[in-house]
Amino acid sequence: MGQMITTDKINYHYNNNEKEVLALKEVSLDIKEGEFVVVIGHNGSGKSTFAKHLNALLLPSSGEVIVKGLNTKDEDKIWQIRQIAGMVFQNPDNQIVATIVEEDVAFGPENLGIAPEEIVKRVEEALRNVDMFEFRQKAPHMLSGGQKQRIAIAGVIAMRPDCIVLDEPTAMLDPSGRKEVINTIRKLNKEENITVVHITHFMEEAVDADRVIVMEEGNVILEGTPGEVFSQVEKLKALGLDVPQVTDLAHELIKEGINISKDILTVDEMVMKLCQLK
Amino acid sequence: MLKDITIGQYYPTGSLLHRLDPRTKIIATFAIIAGLFIGINFISYGLVTLFIFACIFISKIPVRFLVKGLKPLRIIILITFLINIFMTSGEVIYSFGRFNITREGLYLGTFMAIRLALLVIGTSLLTLTTSPITLTDGIESLLKPFKKIGVPAHELAMMMTIALRFIPTLLEETDKIMKAQMARGADFESGNIINRAKGLVPLLVPLFISAFRRADELAMAMEARCYRGGENRTRMKQLNMTGVDFISLSIVGILLILLIYIRIIA
Repeated sequence: MGQMITTDKINYHYNNNEKEVLALKEVSLDIKEGEFVVVIGHNGSGKSTFAKHLNALLLPSSGEVIVKGLNTKDEDKIWQIRQIAGMVFQNPDNQIVATIVEEDVAFGPENLGIAPEEIVKRVEEALRNVDMFEFRQKAPHMLSGGQKQRIAIAGVIAMRPDCIVLDEPTAMLDPSGRKEVINTIRKLNKEENITVVHITHFMEEAVDADRVIVMEEGNVILEGTPGEVFSQVEKLKALGLDVPQVTDLAHELIKEGINISKDILTVDEMVMKLCQLK
Repeated sequence: MLKDITIGQYYPTGSLLHRLDPRTKIIATFAIIAGLFIGINFISYGLVTLFIFACIFISKIPVRFLVKGLKPLRIIILITFLINIFMTSGEVIYSFGRFNITREGLYLGTFMAIRLALLVIGTSLLTLTTSPITLTDGIESLLKPFKKIGVPAHELAMMMTIALRFIPTLLEETDKIMKAQMARGADFESGNIINRAKGLVPLLVPLFISAFRRADELAMAMEARCYRGGENRTRMKQLNMTGVDFISLSIVGILLILLIYIRIIA
């Protein structure tokens, strides 16, 4: 698999009331093509700032971000980079531009200067991909949060990106809306082979990622498969982060002397392992 | 309160008038407005009224719906009518004390009232038959030739779209803030006008702050979707004028010429 996004020792600082704040400290990461990466961390851990570096909305104070061979510091390439790495934001209301669903999905392709007939095709395809085709004539404010967020995702995939960065897309949704969005993201990753960088603070959403990255105060402090990361229950808890309930349960069971692996992530896995116990 | 205003509302019936190109309808509306100011006697107004009612008939929009739209304006129409009756000098036909009703005043008052009513009905017919988004497309396309002299056609259209998009969102937010303030004892409904206006301050401040925050986030989201102004931008929906549009414009043109002719000979 090729490289999708590489960040090389990026630092980012900004001024807050004349006080210098370092939001990212020497963050070096590689994101591969087709990978599903989840970034978790507290509010203020730098995860959103990191996300905004991936499509040149923010530029690093030092270090470099390379998106498919393009440097985000290169101003001529900025629109190309934003087409490659699409972004979905937290608040569904504040990222929908048009008054009709299909017009909003068309907004991105229109900005790219694509021919009208091709836009119509892409809009239909994108809306079918997120299962919102029958809502194409509706007004966005009549839809639920989960549906609005799926429209926002459709708006990004109509631009045919190679990678989607989602900045806490589920934070403002109810559990059912969250599930809709997560299933959509997963489907896009598996079926369309779109690289996904998903930023969240819900641990459950990290369970079936290819890789989990934990951030704290602008640093990457843990990185690995979900099993590797979540098995470090103590470390995560010391940081004040949660682990998936089932993993926590496994951890407690081990403490009680039960011989069970510590990287159990889902209920099904737990059931399997428990039934195998003698 | 906001529900009574029919100007700016869209009433889909799928009629011929709805299917016309927005540019045709905008031009026609301006022509009718001009016609109302060109017209000087009841014959010309009769023609315009006839034309507008023909349009209403074609549009399949119930007449009472349009009349309802006049309701918020009834006071303005009445005041215009009364001022014209009492303030015009001429042949006195009735007088109470210091006020005189003149023949000319009666004539002018009726005339002004009809002009206002037709003006409102004519323009609301435009918005009732054209969805906001097509209307914006039409305005953008009509303003395009003026781009050379510095009219920001695309920017104006984009602002209108965003404004329309955020009206329901901000209304919802106002409602939410109002309920939150009421839960803490704020009173928006009693007291005199000054007290009520004062009561609105704690409502407007959070509303503005949140609107600015929304604007900031929306700008970032638009940039992330490669928005860089109107240059090199394409549109999914293309406007095109058909035979019906040209016929409609011809009819309006003939009406306008007729009105000018009546004015010249009268």
